[in-house]
Amino acid sequence: MTYAVRSATVRYGRTVALDDVTVEVPGGSVIAVVGGDGAGKSTLLRALAGEVALDAGLVEAPPPQHLGYLPASSGSWAALTVTQNIDFVAGIYGLAGDELAARRAELLDRASLTPAAGRPAAQLSGGMRRKLGFVMAIVHRPALLILDEPSTGVDPVSRIDLWRLASEAAASGAAVLMSTTYLDEAERAAHLVVLDRGRVLVQGSYDQVRADFAGAVTQADQPVRAEWAWRRGRVRHEYWPAGDPPAGTTAVAPDLEDIVIALSLARRNAVRS
Amino acid sequence: MTGVLLRAGHVTRRFGAFTAVDDVSMRVQPGEVVGLLGANGAGKTTLIRMLLGLLAVTSGRVDLLGGPPDRERRRRLGYVPQGLGLYGDLTVRENLSFSARAYGAAEPALPPALQDYAGVLVRELPLGAQRQVAFLAALAHSSEVLVLDEPTSGVDVLARTDLWDTIRAQADRGAGVLVTTHYMQEAQQCDRLLLMSDGRLVGEGSEADIIGSTTAVAVRTADWARAFAALAAAGAPVMLAGRAIRVADADPAELAEVLSAAGIEASLQPVPATIEERMLMLARQAEAS
Repeated sequence: MTYAVRSATVRYGRTVALDDVTVEVPGGSVIAVVGGDGAGKSTLLRALAGEVALDAGLVEAPPPQHLGYLPASSGSWAALTVTQNIDFVAGIYGLAGDELAARRAELLDRASLTPAAGRPAAQLSGGMRRKLGFVMAIVHRPALLILDEPSTGVDPVSRIDLWRLASEAAASGAAVLMSTTYLDEAERAAHLVVLDRGRVLVQGSYDQVRADFAGAVTQADQPVRAEWAWRRGRVRHEYWPAGDPPAGTTAVAPDLEDIVIALSLARRNAVRS
Repeated sequence: MTGVLLRAGHVTRRFGAFTAVDDVSMRVQPGEVVGLLGANGAGKTTLIRMLLGLLAVTSGRVDLLGGPPDRERRRRLGYVPQGLGLYGDLTVRENLSFSARAYGAAEPALPPALQDYAGVLVRELPLGAQRQVAFLAALAHSSEVLVLDEPTSGVDVLARTDLWDTIRAQADRGAGVLVTTHYMQEAQQCDRLLLMSDGRLVGEGSEADIIGSTTAVAVRTADWARAFAALAAAGAPVMLAGRAIRVADADPAELAEVLSAAGIEASLQPVPATIEERMLMLARQAEAS
């Protein structure tokens, strides 16, 4: 089963949050959405989750009982314990008794949350709270799982747990759409969508995105054109859209972070001139 | 005290029976950016709160700018907490003039990215813009020491490179910077790293010093999702880098056995470990003990 938003446009007043965006989410794979603040990531996810109405376009999503959604906000109740949070959400989906107990134990174990089962959500670390939100989104084995920045502010160790949970959900057939600000993480997805100011800059597998990237990226202590350069560690990278860096510059193989920055700069510099 | 802006000497903090920070010594000198790494709960924020004088030490000693971290010395320091410390019900401009007046400094000019937001309530701003405002507020009074707790969490990639330009510029003019991050690519931008686990300082120095003797195996396969599940089910400390699977501190022969039992074809290759893998191994050790 493939879920999708097609030619979707969403406006908030005069702001166009999504502009003619088409994204497909096939079962069995993880699709990652990346982009900056205001790129439209959350709007895209909320459109697919049925949380925001389209001004134009189509949404193909399963009925609510087969959908799991982790919003960008915590997604759990602070005063309830980890177990109570899970049981409450499971109850909405009619999960109870031994079936619930078994499912809860399995998910707590996979998320490394078993020792925290009796703790109120308010007393969890940021990483644990995101994992709890994830467990709550997935407890009813949804066909479509939508995760809004599950790993933001989460430490590297908990992030590994979250990726394992997401890849296990996909491996068991779910369609997973997640947004992230960590580009190294997006490289892991089967398919990635780069949004910028409501539009799709580029989408495809990481290999496709790399192969389709036009132009050259160079590395130097001091860039030639500051408006086309960005910091990478101690040095600066610089984008040459026409693929014509001057002699004497050092070319580098761009990774996803370079590609996203280069394409965003190209769009911004084009708008400006 | 010449040359040291921030110093902890054998600092310990207990909460009841729980030791949050255990005998930590560290320092920050002028012109350097020191990265403080560790999983959630490792003790980073507790250590920072003691360094700033916001929390008393149980034992040990803290020096800020050559003495105890009192109000006078705290004036000469810029701090961006994880929660940002802004007033959501005030506008950007109001927040900046409030903090400038509290420190007796001139109100900072707004950079181009924030100019459209001058009259907007902070709680209505995107997170990236809120972080930029918190930075501006902390930098407005030319601090000698900057302490930044996850300054770029949730910030998009372009804004993140801008924030790092700002951090480096502060170090270049002589400030000492202590910064926590969960983004390992940012750790590589620091001059020196400190790694905490379970309240203790377990590594210090360059990336290579932090990684120490931890090793890793890279597993390449067309079917990463299944290979990942099989290795995780076997209890291996797996993680992903790109779409290659990596396993920290593992024996390649054992991994090959697990994969072939699951009917997955893969190539295995020993590779240098990453900081994240070192952290994963430390977390596993802490859990086991």
